[in-house]
Parts: sequence; C-alpha cells; structure tokens
Amino acid sequence: MSKRTVEYEVSRTPEMGMDFRPAQGPLSPSEMDDPILSTEKMLINVGPQHPATHGVLRLVLELDGETVIRCLPHIGYLHSSFEKLGEYRTWNQVIPLTDRMDYLAPLIYNCAYAMAVEKLMGIEVTERCKVTRVIMMEMDRIFSHLLWLGTWAIDVGAFTPFLYAFQQREKVYELHEAYTGARITTSATRIGGMMSDMPEGWAEGVRQWTNQFPRTLDEIESLLSHNAIHIGRTQGVGAIGPEDAVNCGLSGPNLRASGVPYDLRKDRPYYDYETYEFDVPIGEHGDCYDRYLVRIEEMRQSCRIIHQALDRLPDGPMNVDDPRVILPSKTDLMNDMESMIHHFKLVMEGVQAPPGESHFSIEGSKGELGMYVVSDGGSKPVRWRIRPPSFVNLSVIPRLVEGGLLADVIMVNASLDIVLGEIDR
Amino acid sequence: MSDERPSGFKEVQQGPEASDPEASEASTAVTGVDAEAHPTVDAARTRFGDAILRHEVMAGDEHVIFVGPDRSYEILEWLKEDPDQLYNYLSDVTAVDYGSGRPIQVVYQLYSIPLRHAIRVKAELPLSHLEIDSVVPLWKAADWLEREVYDMFGVTFRNHPDLRRILMPEAYAEGHPLRKDFPLRGRFSRAEQTRRALAQAPEDYYVPEDYGPGREFQKVRWQELGGEPEPVETPESGDPADESEHSTDPHEGA
Amino acid sequence: MSDTAAKDPKTRPSGGGSGLPGGIFGQGTPTFLTTKVDFVVNWARRNSLWPMPFGTACCAIEMMSAAASTHDLARFGMERMSFSPRQADVLICAGRVPYKLAPVLRRIWDQMPQPKWSVSMGACASSGGVFDAYSMVQGIDTIIPVDVYVPGCPPRPEALIYGLIMIQEKIRGETLAEHESLRYEDPEAVGKPKADAQDVAALSGPFGNSTIQNRPSGLVPGIPQERPGDRIP
Repeated sequence: MSKRTVEYEVSRTPEMGMDFRPAQGPLSPSEMDDPILSTEKMLINVGPQHPATHGVLRLVLELDGETVIRCLPHIGYLHSSFEKLGEYRTWNQVIPLTDRMDYLAPLIYNCAYAMAVEKLMGIEVTERCKVTRVIMMEMDRIFSHLLWLGTWAIDVGAFTPFLYAFQQREKVYELHEAYTGARITTSATRIGGMMSDMPEGWAEGVRQWTNQFPRTLDEIESLLSHNAIHIGRTQGVGAIGPEDAVNCGLSGPNLRASGVPYDLRKDRPYYDYETYEFDVPIGEHGDCYDRYLVRIEEMRQSCRIIHQALDRLPDGPMNVDDPRVILPSKTDLMNDMESMIHHFKLVMEGVQAPPGESHFSIEGSKGELGMYVVSDGGSKPVRWRIRPPSFVNLSVIPRLVEGGLLADVIMVNASLDIVLGEIDR
Repeated sequence: MSDERPSGFKEVQQGPEASDPEASEASTAVTGVDAEAHPTVDAARTRFGDAILRHEVMAGDEHVIFVGPDRSYEILEWLKEDPDQLYNYLSDVTAVDYGSGRPIQVVYQLYSIPLRHAIRVKAELPLSHLEIDSVVPLWKAADWLEREVYDMFGVTFRNHPDLRRILMPEAYAEGHPLRKDFPLRGRFSRAEQTRRALAQAPEDYYVPEDYGPGREFQKVRWQELGGEPEPVETPESGDPADESEHSTDPHEGA
Repeated sequence: MSDTAAKDPKTRPSGGGSGLPGGIFGQGTPTFLTTKVDFVVNWARRNSLWPMPFGTACCAIEMMSAAASTHDLARFGMERMSFSPRQADVLICAGRVPYKLAPVLRRIWDQMPQPKWSVSMGACASSGGVFDAYSMVQGIDTIIPVDVYVPGCPPRPEALIYGLIMIQEKIRGETLAEHESLRYEDPEAVGKPKADAQDVAALSGPFGNSTIQNRPSGLVPGIPQERPGDRIP
C-alpha cells in the first residue's frame, strides 16, 4: 500500500543549465604534498559564541590553508537536563518543558509529547482536537522554516529575507498569543486535548495569514533562488548521498534533499495525514541548495494542509471525555462533591499513566521527532526521552565539511537547520 | 510470547489504585500481549532461538524484543542486513534506568524505510557490568547517540570509535546524570559546581588527542570507592550548608 | 560582592594631576566642567550602545525579534549587533546558561572593554528559571555582574527594549567623578565567579526555586532525593 504521492520534483535552475556540475572543489589534502603549496595546519575554534553557529555550537576545525581537513563538533553548551527534570514532573507538567526545547517550533513539540502519552494511555483524542493539532503543527513547521530561512539568508550574505521572514513570524507570534497567551513558550496541549478551545475568530486569522503568506515566500524566493551568489555558495556544497544519509540517521528535509522519500506523515501517518492532499518534495543532489529548495516547498505544502484542515474543522468537544485526564467543568466543580474530589485528585496527584512505554514519532520541522515515555503506573514518567532530530542531523557535519572550504562550513551548518536547545536538551 | 522472566514493569510494586474501575480496565488493555504477531519476531526466534529472551507488545502495536547483551550485535546486524528485515534506519539509541538496582536497559529503535516496519530491541545490562557492543559499524547514526548514553548512564560501548562525554563537560566528576541514584541538582553543592565550572578554561578540549594517547575514560569516583560520594574539597567554602548537600542522610522520601 | 574596599576611590590614586582631591573632575563634588562633560559623554554613550548578543535559547529568538523589522532595536542606537565582545558595550545574556557555558560567558564579559553593562534577559538567565537541575547556573549574577534583569519566559521584545532603556537611564545618571569606582575592574577577578560560595549557597537554600518538585515518581524506590537543606526549617 503506497501512500506516497511525490509529484513535486525540484530541479536545478535553468540559468545554470541542467548539467550543472559543482564548481571545482578545493585541493584535497592528498594533492597538497608540493612543498611550495602546502601550508602548516591550523586549528580554528568556531563558537560556542559565534553568530553563524545558530546557537552555542562549537566547532573545532583543523585547516590546511582554507581547506577543512578535520572537524570536531563540541556540543552540550546548552545542556539543560530536560530528561532528568521530566522525571520529577507530573505528566502534564512536562508540557511546559517541551516547548522550551525547540523554541523554533514549540507547538510541534507540545503535540508530539501529548501524542506519546495519549498512546501510552490508550486515549484517542477528538476529531476537533486532531484537526486543531494538525493546523498548529503545520503552522509551526512554517514558523520554524521561516527562522531557518532568515538566518540562512544572513549566512549567505543577504539581510533582506531575514526582515521579510520575521515580519511573517510576527504574525504567527500573534496567532500563538491569541491561542495560548504566549509568543514562544506556548504549552498549548494537555493530555487528552488542548488547553482550551480555539478563541473566537482564531481559525479565520489562520486562514487570512495562510492566504497572504505565500506572497512573501515568493518574494523571498525571488531574492534567493536564482541569485548567483546564493547558488554559487550552496550548489554542490555539503552533498551527501541517499545511502549515507539513511545510514547516518538524517531525517526530515535533510534526508529528503538527498533523494530519500521518507516522511512520517506519509510513511507512518498519524492524525489522518493520509487523507490530506499534499506532496513531499524530494531533492536529488543532497547538497545545501537542495535542502533550501525542499524547505521552501515544504512551506507551500504546509499551507495546503492548513487550508484543508481549516475546511474540515469539525465542531464538537475539544477534549476527550475521559475522567482520568480531563478536569470536570467549572460548573460541576462548584455544584457537586464528586467533581470537586475528582478535580482535587487530578490537580494534586496529576494524571496517572498505566505501566508501560510508548514511542511515538512525528514529522517535526527538523526531522523525525520521537517521544519515548516509560511509565511505572505513577503520576510521573520513569523516563522521558526525546529522539532529537537535529542532534542526529548535526552528527554528520564532519562528513559534510571535511575536504571543503572554511566558508562552506557556515553554509553547511545553516543548511542542516539545527536548534541547540533540542540538541543539547 | 514467553513470559518466563517478568519484565521490568511487573516487578514494580502495585501503584496507587485508579480513581475509577474503568481506568484500570483500560490500562490492562493497553499492555495486553494479544496484538498480532510481528513477522520479524518470528523470524528472529527461528534463527536465534533462545537468544531472543522475550517479546512484549507495548502501547498496542509496539513490538519489543529483549536480547542478551553478548549477542546483541549479531542480532542487530542480522536485522539490518537480512533482506526480509532491512532495518536500515536506526532511529534512536537510548537507555532506561528503572532504579533500585534493576538492570539498565539499552533501547534501539529500528525502522525499515523500504519495508515500513518498526521494532524496538532492548538489551538488559546489570549494573555491575555495563558494557555492550557498539553498533556504529552498522549505523553511523549511533555514533553520537551512544556517546550520549555513555555520558548519561555510564554504559560503555565496546569498539566505539570515540567514546567520550558529549553533553557534560569532559571533566565532569559527579557521575552519570540520568541514573536514578543521581540527585536532580547534582551531587556537589551549587557553590562547588560554580567553582568547578569556572575553573575550566574555554580552550579545553580542542581535540581528543589533547589528552594524550591511551587516555582512560573518566570514571565516577565514588562508585569506585564503594558507593559513597567522596567529600568535596572546598577550601574556600567550608560552611555547613555545603556539607549538608552531599551527606547521605537517610531521609524519608515522602 | 565583597570588594567595596578595593572599589573605594579614596584609597586609590585619582586621575588627573592637578593636586586637588579627585583631580580636575572634582571628586564627589560636581563642578561646572564635570556636569557638562558628563552630559556630553553620557549622551554619546547611551545613544550608541552596541549590544553583544549572548543568545543561547528561547530568549535569543525574542532578541532576534527585537532586532527585526517589527520592533526595530536600531531606533535606540543599537543598530549594530556586535558579535565581537571587543567592540561591545552591553552584554545581553539571553537564555539559559549551563555550567559548561559559564566560563565562556565569563570570558566574554572579561573581554569586553569598559565602559560596559549587562542585561540578564529572561527567567533562566536571571535565576535558573524552571531549570533547577544539575547542569544549570542558577542566575548569571553568580558569574558576572548584572545591571538590569528582564523578567519573562521569554520576555517580549518590548520588555527587552524597556530593559535596554533602563540601561540608558542608568548611564544618564553616571558621572565622571565616580569614574574610578564605576569602571573599576579587579584584575584578580578575571575568570572567577562573581558571587562567592556563600552567595551561591544561599541561592540553593530552603527557598531556592521549585523545592517541592524534586521528587521522582513515587513508585520508584531508591535513594531519597530530597536534601535536608530543601526543607523549610
């Protein structure tokens, strides 16, 4: 049963010709034995406080002239002990931690965690909640890609796309704020539902934003896609083949840029993603430029999904009717004793998950985001593990930059779309 | 589906009772083992026999097989290479510590992109012998994931190309943070942690060779000394508040 | 926090060479010259603050928002984000700081030339926030001196801008007569934590944050996690 519909195929820009070959690469170290040409090796430390490392990543590079012959990433400069803290929080208290982990797409993380716990508890959320979460996740996919696009453009030397992207991000911030009251740290989901129903007019606000957003995307794309500087710095840089990419555990747009059609929304669909009509962009060269094209197209496809989800948004309750996880209504609470006790127990003891474990993977904005929760029957997780997409994506960076130029390190790093909060956790 | 050995969960004491009977019924349904069989599990049983220690189904459709740590590499290699299995995508390597001296489980999440099936493989390591073969030769994705497990749990991966701490500083001397016996705020006092943090130079750890050849992996000192945290040498902070931080006071948990 | 004796300008030689106490800047007593010079110098300083964005986590994203088109930090003289500490005036520490990053933060602060100020943006930088755990610095004021704390998790861009305006107000009140004490740096303190052991211990005392939450799932028997120091006496 093939659920895949790969219609969109990214191709090279016509200006560069279909037989575009990467520019002549730098001399490999083996060619450098000429005593006149060879230089002394040199260690360069990039980070942890460096504007182009997108956080507190630290790369130690060994250079031969301008050629990187060795790259040693050092991470952990933002290790905030999320997984340990999660063992000391009740199931619902973990949710505020999740959005501080990937602050570029907080709602995706909220949803992923809630889904894993719901699967562990055997809860099927309501239709309205499903569709709402789909809208939120796709919105945050765009939200995250926009920040990537802005910083990517800065790294390539263009500042304007950053301003355009942030203008659109501000609109998503407003939507976040309208729903959850916070701009970044949303904490919107609860086990078994959402924090509240949509505020009035929120769906309409999302629709308006989705309608006008592609124009900005076109504008940004017209600045970058056919830009000679951008093409020169990204095409043929940091390429990785499909077998290598799978073996190294790449996921998300980075894997698809290498030509591997692996998207969890199609392969292991959740929340009725199989009923939405959207395409998965697949690259063919696996280089930085393809990663750029794939992400740009993903934003358009996310807009398509949001439109379909808004059209099918059903009425009905947002939260499941399950007394194990959902608080009684305020009216009941004030009127009968049982609801009062119920409310008290849920608040004071927290939700109690049955013994067992569950691993739930969704397609995050960075790649495969897995949440692995282990319960012993108590009100707190025994283990809460995040399968971090950018952590695994970043681990290939030595393979991508070694043998390339120092300037390409910045582009490769930007093209991987990392977020250090989730790498270091 | 042999249940000779109880799983980690069944040894757990009975938890607080659910507030209503429906809840407890639902919880038993989730961990039931009557889900449909997984083809990989049957194939692995016929091929490896007793090396597959047991099989569990979690959360409805998640199949877990337990393997012995000595044969784990062989089984994982078969899972990756066998044309009927083809688990070419290693999604995650992690570990779970259940506390109170129970073995630490190393967990492999496998997925096959061509065949679209998933399985979870677990190996239980006793606390006295935390060693297992590295799977980096099979999946390069395991490189950093195994380093993280080493850092957080102290599990040693044999034949790993570069087994160092990855998230915590190289000179971190408080142990492995995700173990259950590790207190949330660390073993040292905040003052001592701050002092140690500022004592390290930002230039440290340029390249692993800085440590010289034959560098030994850092051990947790109090574990070698018999389970007692050694008193912290704090020449400038000798106030009693600090001392109480790492005294092993038998304090009632509830 | 215990270096007031070293900071006391009376115990240290003063600038200028006029033989007057405090030199031509009139130590402690404003003169016509110093007030006018103060005004010009402070005006120049506060309107061309170059921030050094030490962004680590969520707050860094809000800092980027503040610098982007909608909020436009450049309106307040912060046109140029100075990613090099050598050319920076204000350190904005945005986000959580683990112990592994603490020496880096201290090094960057030591590298910044005087005059310099610092903003602690967000709950995590100011107090550790929700991350009261083994790897996190409980407030960067244990590492470096902090002028303005911006609360919030993360603070809105407006809050950050307000914090920077507070820095500007602080500069407005400075005078060259106090130059020595304001700009004094102890060479011995380079690379050392700002707070001494007792100050740090006070942070993790009975009223440290989230004291009641340091207990794992009640069903996991194990070593008691609660420390005696956590209990309210």
